Amino acid sequence: MFDPKNLILDNPDEGVFRVHRSAMTSLEVLRMEQERIFNKCWLYLCHESEVENPGEYRRRNVAGRPLFFIRGSDGKLRVFLNTCTHRGALICRHDQGHADVLQCFYHAWSFSNQGDLVGVPDEAGYPDSFNRAAMGLKPPPRVESYRGFVFVSFNADVDELVTYLAGAREYLDLIVDQAEKGMRIIQGSNRYSIKANWKLLVENSLDGYHVRPTHKTYFEYVNSLGINTSGVQTAFSRPALVLGNGHAVEEHDGIRGRPIARWSPLFGEENKEEIAAIRAGLVRKFGEQKARHMADISRNLLVYPNLLIIDSIDITVRIFWPITPDLMDVTAWQLAPREEKPELLARRLDNFLTFHGPGGFATPDDVEAIESCQAGYKAEGVEWSELSRGMHREAIAEDELQLRAFWRQWFGHLSGLGKVETNDPVIRERAALAR
Amino acid sequence: MPEASSTGNQDSAPTLRETVEEFLYREAALLDAWRLDEWLALFTADGRYVVPTTDLPDGDPRKDMVFIDDDMVRLRARVERLKSRHGHREYPSSRTRRFITNVLIKVEDGGIVATSSFLVYRFRMAESSPYVGWYEHRLKQLDGELKMHHRKAVLDMEALREHGAVSIIL
Repeated sequence: MFDPKNLILDNPDEGVFRVHRSAMTSLEVLRMEQERIFNKCWLYLCHESEVENPGEYRRRNVAGRPLFFIRGSDGKLRVFLNTCTHRGALICRHDQGHADVLQCFYHAWSFSNQGDLVGVPDEAGYPDSFNRAAMGLKPPPRVESYRGFVFVSFNADVDELVTYLAGAREYLDLIVDQAEKGMRIIQGSNRYSIKANWKLLVENSLDGYHVRPTHKTYFEYVNSLGINTSGVQTAFSRPALVLGNGHAVEEHDGIRGRPIARWSPLFGEENKEEIAAIRAGLVRKFGEQKARHMADISRNLLVYPNLLIIDSIDITVRIFWPITPDLMDVTAWQLAPREEKPELLARRLDNFLTFHGPGGFATPDDVEAIESCQAGYKAEGVEWSELSRGMHREAIAEDELQLRAFWRQWFGHLSGLGKVETNDPVIRERAALAR
Repeated sequence: MPEASSTGNQDSAPTLRETVEEFLYREAALLDAWRLDEWLALFTADGRYVVPTTDLPDGDPRKDMVFIDDDMVRLRARVERLKSRHGHREYPSSRTRRFITNVLIKVEDGGIVATSSFLVYRFRMAESSPYVGWYEHRLKQLDGELKMHHRKAVLDMEALREHGAVSIIL
């Protein structure tokens, strides 16, 4: 009998942390993930700015389920399961659009943009017990948002979103607070698939250790523009942080500059003053220490299980869903302050696509790397992947503590053990000291 | 690949259509042969190469997300990367074959705008992924040679599902 308790070896005192590679290849594991993670946790759906006007909608799959979100004529954003309450057809059949009324094409049932069933052809043909008021579009069991990020859960009993976010909240704040008038999602998204297990992209997105070897050509390009990237040798030596509930963050020095707010030549002379002004504004508002944390440091934040916010030379919001054990669908968006000046926005977008996009100088190599891992698993003879880096020191971004944070939560969910208390000795000792 | 020009044996001067089609076919042959430096030479100094995202084919790189928006500095760097053994997605290089059809030509303000349909097959690691879409080439005569100053590849696929990336020059 398959037992998920055998998928991870976690012995902090011995410095052992290994993940059994069947976690990335087994269909049984994927089924368990669906049931014990994707049907239980909060899952990212969208950003509120994606539908600004009454009637605007977008559809999106979450954990394989077709959903759509729409701003009602009353101005409220609602989320619905994308299925007619009559016989099941998809209600929303465009990726995005605008509707006062959504009509199912199959039997022409009509729903208002607030979800009420407002039209049933020949309604008199139904028995008296037919209750139109109860036949409105159905929302997922839970929908909550935090500072513009909208999450859904298919688990009615899940903790409140703010509780679930735990320490990730502070980091979401650090990102959102960079904007004066709130953040918005830029038009256009990256939609691509990777022939690898979804958890490998979690690892890759939090992994400072691969950056220098894998992305050599990217840094060569940046160097060729006359930008000194020697700082990358030490950029990933900040402490790695575990944020609770499987969330984690990897922070590193923003040596390539940041639109908010650390100027580098990548942002052009034309934006130098603007970035300095933004920085001064942050210092005024948040004080020198927090402003420096916001403006000088870049971060890759994981909101467990599968939302990544990469806040560096741009802000990328990335979500990915398993389709099979060895295939995932990825979508990525750009987040930017609403008030950002066009010149700075143009630079932000330009910087994004040199690194992060599927047409960039780095993301394709990440795709290659994790597809290569997945291909390597087929050799089977090596059963375990090694993730013990930094286990016996104060872990830094180039270590694997943040990966272990994810895996420990994952293990807790899959094994049914819940919260897994074992942790790296340094973290344990620090916790003991705090008590 | 045969190098002979398809118009070389004719007595009369080639028509505009013949010249433009010849340009597109030669360009495709250079890319399929990975003769990327020669391909770069087909651009003017202010050349630009753009690939919008699959969900926003009209995307404007200055305010929308696109896949690729290269000026000549970045395009040269892209070619260097494709030639490097550290450009992992294309090392070893994929095999590609481009099919270009449905060429329509307009003359606007003294320049030539050619749109065409493309099908670019990419084969690598026992997998194949076709990129389907259309090109817009903006061309002009420079010192007696046809050069491109704007080259856009718009994809028809809904997502890069089999492709994972746009790692080749489309």
